[in-house]
Amino acid sequence: MGGTQVQEDTVLDARGLLCPMPIVKTAKLMKTLEPGQVVKLVTTDKGSLADVPAWASSTGNELVASHDGGTEFTFFLRKA
Amino acid sequence: MGDIAGQATAPVLNQGNAGATLSEADVRRIVRSELDRGPSRDPGANTAAIIASKGTLDWAYPPLILATTAAASGMDASIFFTFYGLNIIHKDYERLLKVSPLGNPAMPMPVPMPNAVLGLPGMGPMATKMMKSKFQKRNVATVRELLEAARDLEVRLVACQMTMEVFGYAASDFIEGVEFAGAAAFLAAARTANVTLFV
Repeated sequence: MGGTQVQEDTVLDARGLLCPMPIVKTAKLMKTLEPGQVVKLVTTDKGSLADVPAWASSTGNELVASHDGGTEFTFFLRKA
Repeated sequence: MGDIAGQATAPVLNQGNAGATLSEADVRRIVRSELDRGPSRDPGANTAAIIASKGTLDWAYPPLILATTAAASGMDASIFFTFYGLNIIHKDYERLLKVSPLGNPAMPMPVPMPNAVLGLPGMGPMATKMMKSKFQKRNVATVRELLEAARDLEVRLVACQMTMEVFGYAASDFIEGVEFAGAAAFLAAARTANVTLFV
């Protein structure tokens, strides 16, 4: 993961939010998307580095790419 | 397969060695493939049944966080509120949920304080205020936000009928959407759930 270019359909700004809100908001937004659509999720919660991949694997949504910016983390999730 | 009618569909093991028992490698392969298939066909893997038994502000968080996250991960989540846990879904939860520094040596205090001091009037409200402001400063979700998320995500909130009677609560004392049941109802949910937690 990392260098691939992914075009998002929508952006979820979850900066400043702590567990479990980034996941709760992502799940809520995902419900409104069509399969194949991509959401770009931006967080500042360090826990999301472990939680977002875990959430993706338990829901079957694909974590297409992620970027660890040190204080800000970006995830591209494709709806299954 | 397909064109040979009646052919056994099970994989043929150790061909050419009639009557042989399964080799260790066979067993390992079969067990591994069964394990891999397990979660996808186990309905219990999609259910979380959580008990919330504590009625303080700090202990309101774990069951709410875990249940909302479970529901956000596609699981059917339910919380069974019993004893002091009923505070969390009481209409007046914002006033009822407090923290006490007394008998809680793990609670971070600005300065070390002996229990004799922590027992003084005003220390409880101070600790509650301190924790709320700490949560707010870090932007931790409030209990209200977590309860709203739980409702959005269709987490089932179940109040223990027996404790309600003991504490003298009526159904109308609780927030909207709460169900009422007993131990048998929790166990019926828990026996098919792979995630069961007592908080």
